[in-house]
Amino acid sequence: MSFKRNILDLRKRKKEAQQGGGEKAIEKQVAMGKKTARERIKAILDENSFHEYDLFVEHTGRDFDMEKKVLHGDGVIIGTGTMYNQPVAIYAQDFTVAGGSLGLMHARKITKIMDHALKMRVPLIGINDSGGARIQEGVNSLAGYGEIFYRNTIASGVIPQISVILGPCAGGAVYSPALTDFVFVVENISKMFITGPGVIKSVLGEEISMEELGGAMVHSEITGNAHFFAKSEDECFAQIKKLITFIPWNNAQKALKFPIQQPLIKKSIEEIVPVDPHNPYDIRDIIKAVTDGSDFFEIMEYFAKNIVIGFGRIQGNTIGFVANQPMYLAGVLDCDSSDKAARFIRYCNAFNIPIVTLEDMPGYLPGVDQEHAGVIRHGAKLLYAYSEATVPKVTVIIRKAYGGGYIAMNSRHLGADFVFAWPTAEIAVMGPEGAANIVFKKEIEEAENPAEMRKQKIQEYKDKFANPFVAASKGYIDEVIEPSETRARLIHSLEVSGSKVDQRPAKKHGIPPF
Amino acid sequence: MEDNNLNYQVFVVNSARYLTLTTTKYDRRKKYQPTDPKEIRSIIPGSVIEIYVTPGQKLKAGEILLTLDAMKMYTKIEMPFDGVIKSINIQKGDRIPKNTVMITLE
Repeated sequence: MSFKRNILDLRKRKKEAQQGGGEKAIEKQVAMGKKTARERIKAILDENSFHEYDLFVEHTGRDFDMEKKVLHGDGVIIGTGTMYNQPVAIYAQDFTVAGGSLGLMHARKITKIMDHALKMRVPLIGINDSGGARIQEGVNSLAGYGEIFYRNTIASGVIPQISVILGPCAGGAVYSPALTDFVFVVENISKMFITGPGVIKSVLGEEISMEELGGAMVHSEITGNAHFFAKSEDECFAQIKKLITFIPWNNAQKALKFPIQQPLIKKSIEEIVPVDPHNPYDIRDIIKAVTDGSDFFEIMEYFAKNIVIGFGRIQGNTIGFVANQPMYLAGVLDCDSSDKAARFIRYCNAFNIPIVTLEDMPGYLPGVDQEHAGVIRHGAKLLYAYSEATVPKVTVIIRKAYGGGYIAMNSRHLGADFVFAWPTAEIAVMGPEGAANIVFKKEIEEAENPAEMRKQKIQEYKDKFANPFVAASKGYIDEVIEPSETRARLIHSLEVSGSKVDQRPAKKHGIPPF
Repeated sequence: MEDNNLNYQVFVVNSARYLTLTTTKYDRRKKYQPTDPKEIRSIIPGSVIEIYVTPGQKLKAGEILLTLDAMKMYTKIEMPFDGVIKSINIQKGDRIPKNTVMITLE
């Protein structure tokens, strides 16, 4: 007696199924500049760590002659493996099999691995490369999408969910990535939209190419649907591997601690910031001046550039940074920047990552477009997210902190644990120019030389209020520090906050303004 | 509760035609226009502090065209590519709203 026959038979079956859509379809995939689903999984996971499940699953389509077709694995590969020797769950749609179209069994495979990921509390990585719903399977494919979205939502905030868009992802399919934590896109390969250019042209007469409508840069820069933009699939995989080092494996854990490094930046920190508050600089240089090894991993680099978000480490621990960016739109808060920062703050809070806020912000962006776009409710997201967060929250005010923006940027009043200010900080209800016009309206109007009086009153207001000491005198600022003390203060305040407990009233959930 | 004065319009969704009312916001929507790289527009409201160029001038990418004072910050507007100034539609001291065509290039 020997198993040999059975084993040989198994090997043969496996080999056949692993071919996916076959040689020709694979050639097509490669010609489009794309890797195959299997290559992608291999590239992301530790070497030889991937274990595949449901290889022999067959589709259940019985209409339109579908019963005669063999679709290996039903167009999707699922399994588990490791990254840095830690377990992860992964699925990859296989475009070579019926265009990666989603039918009932295809969806069942995805929801199976999602259920595993949630139960085992490990990250889930989904690689999207699909023509969309398998029309022949009718409402079954819609059911499949719905079951995926439901699981994305239930797993949200429990395990990290990463979506990688490596092909088309159109129609209903786009909502799975939209429900996950991080969306990765690649130039010329990723395409995301609800309705394509053809329909848009026929209905509205608007002409636009696929890349301009839903290409990688559009979603990185304009819509804010994507978090990471890469020029190639390899660059994208490197980004995923870097991101995963900063985040914990689930919401009951903390991110892995790394060896402590000193910042590498050579310039002294105060040299980065121009003395004249009218002049811009790159806030990322300040972040790099305080993080271990000057390493800062930016998220949503191209969207709402007036606020910067991302991960760095201080004393080996992951920190979420939120920082106004004076280099773009003077660092104002607006609809997009509020939305971008608020979601990141909620991510950090869900996954036990302390938040450091660096503030240099002149206020909210004025304009009809902003008001009509709903800057009130979008701006409120930021207030909500900061107030709601119970992770350690530290703020450093570098220069401008005016008006409503001062409150929004993790002020003491929203529950900041520590608020530091540089001596260059200007904390006031509004800028000196505007304030002087209101406070000293009468004096200016009645003066012999109104322009001269105005100038004088602006200076008077500046001297009195455009500094951190008024706020410090009320205890709203804990300490006015020298710029060179910034990293040391962050290290200490985060150390002190290490076992922070912040109880909130029990509730089902809040009603954030989204 | 019938109102025959309602202004129903034809709406096409997924190749099917429907009669429906539209919303104010929908009526006000602007048709998509690709951005013209030859128009230098303000991306933020502000005042023109200084203009450094004149019509007809040949410039290289990265050269400074003007400085805007917007939201308490001096923002320098750069030439996006090598080219020639066709017209300047603003003056020093002007307060301009967002999306103003400040300079056109050729």
